[in-house]
Amino acid sequence: MAHAETQQHPISTYFKVWGILFVLSALSYMVDFFQVQGYARWFLIILFMMLKAGLIVAVFMHLQWERLALRCAILVPPLSLLVLVALMALEADYVHLTRVLFLGG
Amino acid sequence: MVSQDTMHEPALRVEPAAEGGWEGMVADLSADRQAFRDVPWGKAMMWIFLLSDTFIFGCFLTSYMTVRMSTTVPWPNPSEVFALTIAGTHVPLLLIAIMTFVLISSSGTMAMAVNFAYRRQRGATAALMLATAVLGATFVGMQAFEWSKLIEEGVRPWGNPMGAAQFGSTFFMITGFHGFHVTVGVIYLLVVAFKVRRGDYERRGNYQIVEIAGLYWHFVDLVWVFIFALFYLW
Repeated sequence: MAHAETQQHPISTYFKVWGILFVLSALSYMVDFFQVQGYARWFLIILFMMLKAGLIVAVFMHLQWERLALRCAILVPPLSLLVLVALMALEADYVHLTRVLFLGG
Repeated sequence: MVSQDTMHEPALRVEPAAEGGWEGMVADLSADRQAFRDVPWGKAMMWIFLLSDTFIFGCFLTSYMTVRMSTTVPWPNPSEVFALTIAGTHVPLLLIAIMTFVLISSSGTMAMAVNFAYRRQRGATAALMLATAVLGATFVGMQAFEWSKLIEEGVRPWGNPMGAAQFGSTFFMITGFHGFHVTVGVIYLLVVAFKVRRGDYERRGNYQIVEIAGLYWHFVDLVWVFIFALFYLW
């Protein structure tokens, strides 16, 4: 059976992405090295994390070349984790508050 | 891109299953309908496994967030805890940064192995997969070093001298589970590399398995991106 669907892309694409991932990792390490704090730290960490994750999934795992049905089946369900994170953040705030109030912090 | 319509004939007209019960359900779910066109079943199954693994790590990281937000004891500063002193200089997070670069490099070699597999260059594929496995084993080795260093400093799953007790339990749980994934991946890659070299897939004319193994390996790297950002840098 012919496999016309095999993922074949120029090797330079992988080298480029590899290089970008190295730079992004170095940048996120720099955030800690230069002790960036506060909202700037959160923003930069999340930004570099999402860029790296996106590159790995899109190029290394070939998801950008797959059909939409597979892309949706893989990428949409994890969004439900955001609901879990939101609920647990509320819960954690509440637990923290009760600990401060009743256990004296 | 190859035209989809020439490759796939219109789906066979399937008679509606007359039977009910279990047999009816099996007939309904397997009635020659293909949801993921152009994707071999092995690859689809690996993606679905990785999706389930995403939820496992998602739950771990969410519970880590919960205990870190709700504790009233200060959280140990990861930048300090994971610092190394080299030649009298105090470098924060050095080992973790090296581990990150090692894992990203292994992802790069794996991506190239997949590329060479589809070009049917057996030697290069096996060599690149072996390089990936060696980098993965290096990563696990460095993690073992990190664990023993922390255990020596008194970090335990139930407490530690630096601050909140939950630090130890989440650290050992999350990095331990990730390290286990890397270890399994190294074994998986070595088996596939051995079979590539022996020519198993050449005879079959199908190198999909290299891409499927690659998917697993990139996922391990992907999880580390999240652990690195949320646990070590936060």
